[in-house]
Amino acid sequence: MFTAITHSQIYVLDQDEALDFYAGKLGLEVAADVDMGDMRWLTVAVPGHPERQIVLAKPGGPMMSAQTAEQVRDLVTKGAGGTVIFTTDDCRKTCETLRERGVEIIEEPTERPFGIDCALRDPFGNHIRFTQLS
Amino acid sequence: MSEATEDVNRRMLRARDAMDRDYALPLDVPALARIAHVSPAHFARTFRDTFGETPHRYLQRRRVERAMRLLRETTVSVTDICFRVGFGSPGTFSRTFSAIVGRSPRQYRRAAVAANVPTCFTMAWVRPGNTEPPNTAVSEKFPPAPDR
Repeated sequence: MFTAITHSQIYVLDQDEALDFYAGKLGLEVAADVDMGDMRWLTVAVPGHPERQIVLAKPGGPMMSAQTAEQVRDLVTKGAGGTVIFTTDDCRKTCETLRERGVEIIEEPTERPFGIDCALRDPFGNHIRFTQLS
Repeated sequence: MSEATEDVNRRMLRARDAMDRDYALPLDVPALARIAHVSPAHFARTFRDTFGETPHRYLQRRRVERAMRLLRETTVSVTDICFRVGFGSPGTFSRTFSAIVGRSPRQYRRAAVAANVPTCFTMAWVRPGNTEPPNTAVSEKFPPAPDR
């Protein structure tokens, strides 16, 4: 049966802005950026780990009506889009670094039974967490 | 729907995130309206239009959810829990908790059962909504990490 998870997808409202955020601010690596005019296959990964990619997809295109795309945009900006959870070696330090880069931290590093956990929003409303597992 | 609506959504989400984070503080409408960059007069209505409930109700139920977590997973006294999650008096806490959960804090504590899910998941699902709260009380443990 299945052997790995290679791609997971979240919706972003603007792929240029997403690239700036996920690569420029969160420090992820661009795994694929194929611009085909009307569509753009854009994925990022933790540096050195291209085997697990996040697809930064823009709602729209022929697969989705304008109305559906609008509904998706509405949901994402309400925080009803996706969640991605990363691990980190140092949650507090990572949080400070991201804050200095202007990232919107929505939950300060907090001790949980499973480790130190922290959360941020991407510019569109997606929920991103990072955990220093204990 | 338009970019303007999306911008309003995003700002209301910022206020909601503040409630999820700072529920223990005496948050009020002017403070939340400042976070959302809207006038206090418009804030409650816009928030309700966006999320389907008033900010007062959202915050009250976030506080109840966090109290449920402390009741399940700690031995902190009910009075201390009341102040820790942002209620002003034990009487208000007890009445509000019982009205929303259907059991008193002490009854809830006795019935609690544990399961392993992350905190963010608990916060999203255990905050009492329009329906009956889930019977299963859950604890906050991360799923076992895969071998790396």
